[in-house]
This record gives sequence, structure tokens and C-alpha cells, in this order.
Amino acid sequence: MADILLDLAIIAGKSLLLMVSLLVFIAYILYADRKVWAAVQLRRGPNVVGPWGLLQSFADLLKFVLKEPVVPAGANKGLFLLAPFVLVVLALTTWAVIPVAEGWAIADINVGILFVFAVSSLQVYGVIVGGWASNSKYAFLGALRSAAQMVSYEVSIGFVIITVLLCAGSLNLTQIVLAQDNGWGILGWYWLPLFPMFVIFLISALAETNRPPFDLPEAESELVAGFMVEYSSTPYLLFMLGEYVAIMTMCALMTILFLGGWLSPIPFAPFTWVPGAVWFVLKMCLCFFFFAMAKAFVPRYRYDQLMRLGWKVFLPISLAAVAVVAFVLQITGWAPGAA
Amino acid sequence: MGEQDIRNFSINFGPQHPAAHGVLRLVLELDGEIVERVDPHIGLLHRGTEKLLEHKTYLQGTPYFDRLDYVAPMNQEHAFCLAIERLTGVEVPRRAQLIRVLYCEIGRILSHLLNVTTQAMDVGALTPPLWGFEEREKLMVFYERASGSRLHANYFRPGGVHSDLPPELIDDIEAWCDPFMKVVGDLDDLVMKNRIFKQRNVDIAVVDIKDAYAWGFSGVMVRGSGVAWDLRKSQPYECYEEMDFDIPVGKNGDNYDRQMIRMEEMRQSIHIMKQCIAKLRAPDGQGPVKTTDGKIAPPRRAEMKRSMEALIHHFKLYTEGFRVPAGEIYAAVEAPKGEFGVYLVADGTNMPYRCKIRAPGFAHLQAMEFLCRGHMLADVAAILGSIDIVFGEVDR
Repeated sequence: MADILLDLAIIAGKSLLLMVSLLVFIAYILYADRKVWAAVQLRRGPNVVGPWGLLQSFADLLKFVLKEPVVPAGANKGLFLLAPFVLVVLALTTWAVIPVAEGWAIADINVGILFVFAVSSLQVYGVIVGGWASNSKYAFLGALRSAAQMVSYEVSIGFVIITVLLCAGSLNLTQIVLAQDNGWGILGWYWLPLFPMFVIFLISALAETNRPPFDLPEAESELVAGFMVEYSSTPYLLFMLGEYVAIMTMCALMTILFLGGWLSPIPFAPFTWVPGAVWFVLKMCLCFFFFAMAKAFVPRYRYDQLMRLGWKVFLPISLAAVAVVAFVLQITGWAPGAA
Repeated sequence: MGEQDIRNFSINFGPQHPAAHGVLRLVLELDGEIVERVDPHIGLLHRGTEKLLEHKTYLQGTPYFDRLDYVAPMNQEHAFCLAIERLTGVEVPRRAQLIRVLYCEIGRILSHLLNVTTQAMDVGALTPPLWGFEEREKLMVFYERASGSRLHANYFRPGGVHSDLPPELIDDIEAWCDPFMKVVGDLDDLVMKNRIFKQRNVDIAVVDIKDAYAWGFSGVMVRGSGVAWDLRKSQPYECYEEMDFDIPVGKNGDNYDRQMIRMEEMRQSIHIMKQCIAKLRAPDGQGPVKTTDGKIAPPRRAEMKRSMEALIHHFKLYTEGFRVPAGEIYAAVEAPKGEFGVYLVADGTNMPYRCKIRAPGFAHLQAMEFLCRGHMLADVAAILGSIDIVFGEVDR
């Protein structure tokens, strides 16, 4: 009994540590997002709170928490307040299986990738429930768009992941990273042999997290703020937080599946002395930089164009890629476990 | 199965909406995301400008024109001044004409910069407006240095312009021209060449020539459909006759063509501005900047210290104003948004009997219904952006 309690305490401690560091990291990712955006727009971005504006995100947190949450009169109060929690809890749950360095996952389960995929698919419920419970036409349209969008792009993401799984021969995230450790460093990771898949994953990740150019659910110039239009204060904060946690999850997945996780890009000393977690975070930042720049540059797709891209371009390509990868692995005998 | 009550989803687009370009209210009837019907409701910014003008002297009237299309204020003043000048038969000195043309082109760039970049914002790109506003800010400083005001200039007066431009200002405007061409190029790369921008705008809201004529379109809205109609060329006013510039026309009459025309018009405006600056510096470009007829334009301040007559003129002008002989006139200018006209009826007193304002945006807004039908909700914002509406002039 005492053993179980001790284990539980350790897991709780680990989770707490991960969550705190993740949230602090996101506070600075938000800051970085705004700074990158500002730089592209010839602005300065946040620069008042703390030195160089470094405490901006914490000031925002305080502001949101201290504000009064407004629940619209026609809203379904329970669901309205539940939706942001659903979103944020599910977003944080995915992090349970993500290995930040070798052995640094809270739950190193053997179907890790499926778990991430399943849990992040559920996030769409947060959006739909929020949009529906608001009892607003804009929010409702945003929720409908979001449902269609997230479902569509999950399909192609699924096939992209399958190509990686074929190469790695495991569903365990740690094993996927270790499979990329073949002595070639940055050239041995999956982004190079699976480059088209890497690009599709990158773009689908934008769509999956509702980032521009796929930010239709919250399209400012059409739906004002989409499914979040009626939200304010802490519930709104939770939506935003959930969104950024989801973005971080996507960055982490990209790092694990294509960029060699915690592995050093140059496979000899002194680079291998750098702790794996540092490489992991650096790679995530690189991925996020792409997210931030995309937001700064691109206009928004129209609903039908988004669907066309998802179903008529990405789905056939990724489907074909699964067949090609499987074929090549079979012919050459490179498939893991084949020999 | 019982009878089902299926009706379209109707949605209020505005007046508090980030893409409503002011205070437009569109009642949209949607079938899914497809727009079935658009019902524009206007009048939320109605200030009764035309009625107010009937109770103000002509000189007090000009500031109201700044507040119509507040994106390019001087172009509006221009039409009013032209109408008064044609009724009174006042001759505008050459230097004043050059300054007017120079500032009208600045106004055109102000308006097009705002429109092209905010239309990009309507289709989701948030960066272009900030790039554009950087330059607009510089232009507003030119406004301020000429008139003392960044926006509501009240600079064009019947008989000329209020005051002369200092030579340093002319130098600075010239120095601004070439770097601005680079900014236009940058915007071209950032906005016009963007694939998503093209996907969002090509073949959206096609206006054919017949529609353009039937609905009374002007400016970019007809040029986009391939008609080279520009009042600066077809019925030249001021000194546009001696300026060398091209009229860009579109081929398809869609959103994208209209935006491309606006980009090119900015380049042409720079071309005209450079010519104006050269002519302003030439010997025949010197001289007074308002008519020397003391009954219409105020005398110079130094003159008032010595001349009794000048003092009387000044007093009469700023109390009673000047009288315009009875008659009626329609004066129109090629404002950035199209033909901006003033139909002025004078009854021989110091105030207009009637002043009808023909705002291009008003005619263009009618098009929302037939342009949007069959397109998607997201296109409504894009179309509204591309027909270039400013509510100051639509509601008046």
C-alpha cells in the first residue's frame, strides 16, 4: 500500500513539475509569438511589463483571472463554463506521454503516439461545446467550421504518422526517437527521407491547432472571434491556454517524429554533452518559430479551399506515401524487424 | 415524416464587426456558408452634411467635405471648391493648381494604401496594414505641414489653397517618393503575389461592364472591368491635362483586378507627384497660391496692416462670407474611390441653396447584393474590402 502511495506521489510530483515548466515555457512562447509578430509588422511588441516586456504574459494572466467572467443570458451556463476546461485538460493530458529526454516521460506507454492522437482529437469537443453553448450565431458557425476542419486534417496527420511508424517500427514515442539515432545526426532523422510527409505534417499541424492560415474557427474578419466570441476573463484564458498547449504538443510531436527528439544534431562530443532536454526545447522553439512566422505572413483560406486542401491534396498524397514507404521498406528489407 | 420547417440562417454582419469598414450593417441570409441574400443597412453615420451645408457660408462649408471620405480628405474639398469656382468664375493661380494636384495624388495614395492593406486584412493577413500605415503616417505629416492638420485639412479653399508650401516640404515630399516605390514593391510581394491572397480574390465578385454602367459605378470599380474611364483624363480639371500618367485597367473585373489597379494607381500617383514638384520649382510655377480677388480669398496678413480695403475684405469674408451668383453646377473629381461630385445650387446669397453630394461609395455599396450572392460568408468581407467603402461618404 505504501509503495503505491509513494508511486502515486512521485507521479503527481512529476506531473506538477512538467505542468509548471510547460506553463512557464508557454508564457514565454506567447511572448515570443507576439515579439516575432511585432517584428514582422514593424512594431515593438510587449516591452513595458518587466525588462523587455518579459513579464507581459504574467500580467495578462493576472488581468484575465481578475476580470469578471461574463456568461451570456441565453447561454447554457454549465456547458459554457465546462468547454474551456475540457479543452485545456485534454491539451495538458497529451503531455503525459511526451518524452522530453530519454526516460523523461511521465507515462512511457507503448502506444504513446496513439494516445496523443486520441486525446488531441477529443479537443474538438471543447470547441464545439463552447461554440454551441454560447448561443451565438458567430460562435455556432465557428464551432461548425472547427469541427469539420479538425476532423479533416486529422486524417492526413494520421497517415503521415503511419509512414513514420513504418520506418520506426514502434508506437512508443521513445522508441521512435531512438530509431532515428543511427549515427548520422541531423541527416539521419526522418525529416530528410520523409520530407514531403514532414511538410504535410507541418501544414496540417497549423490546421489542427487553428493557426493562420487555417484560423477559420476564430476568423476575425468573418466571425469576429468564432467560437470564443462570447468568452471573457478566465474561460477565455483557458481557451487560449489550451490552444497554445496544443501548439506545443504539435511542436513536440514534430520534434519527436521528424527531428530526432532529444538527440543532438551533430552526433559527437561536445554536442552530445548538451542535455537532451535542451535539444528538445530548441527544436520545439524552431518549430514554433515557423508557426509564428506563418501567422505573421499569410492571409486566411476560405472554408471550401481549406476542405479542398485537406481532402483533395493532403489525403491522396499521404495515402500514396504510406503505400510508397511500405513498398520501399519491403523491397529493400529496411523495415524494422524484417531481418 | 412531418413537415419540416427549414429556413436559412440569418446573421447580422455589423455594425459592430471588425470587417464592417465602419458602421455598415449587413443582414446576411446564409445557406450553410453560402450567402443567399445581402441586405445592407446604412445611415448609422448620417450627420446631415448636405442640410448643414445649406446653413453655412461657402467658406464654412469646406471642412464638412474633409469628414466625408476621411481617408482622402482633400480630394473631397476639391470638388466643392471647383463647384464654387466655376459658379463665381474665379481663376485659380497656377501654383495653387499644382499644389492641389500634388495633394490630391497624396490623397489617392492615402486611400489606396489603406484599402489595399485592409482588404488583405479582410482576407486574414494582419501584417500588410501595419506596413502600409507606416507610409500613411508620413503622408499625414505632409498634410499637417501644409495645412496644420493631419486629417481634416481644410486646405483647399475657393480660389486656391490656404497657404503656400515651404520649399523644405516640397523637398521632403520628393525625397519620400522613391523609397515609397520600394514599399509598393514590398506590398506587391507580401500581398499581391501571395498564393492564398490570389485564391481568395481571383474570380470573386466579378463586375461586368454592363453592371458597372447600370449601377452607376465609377473609379476603380469600372476600371477593373476594363473601361479606361478616369475623370482626370476624360474631363481634365486643374492642370491634369499637362500631366503624363497612365490609367490602369483590369480584364476580369474581379477583386484581384481591382486591387492590382489600386497598386498601379499608387505608382502613377507618384509619377504625377514628381511632375508637380518639378513644375512647382520651375519659374512659371511661382506666384500666388490663391486668387488675388479680395472678394473671394482673404488678403495677405501683412497687407492687412497697411491697407484699409484689405482689412474690410478680411472682415467681410470671415463674417458674412462671399456671395455666389445664382445658378447651378455639377463639379466632379476623380476621387480615389471613384467619381466624387458636388451638385451645387446657388441663389445669390452667401450660402448654398442646395448642395447634393454624389459619393462613389454609395453607388458601389448597392452592388453588395448581387456581388455577394452565391459566394461564401468569408467572401463578404473580401468583397466589401475590394469595393472600398468609407462610411463618412456613404452616410454623409
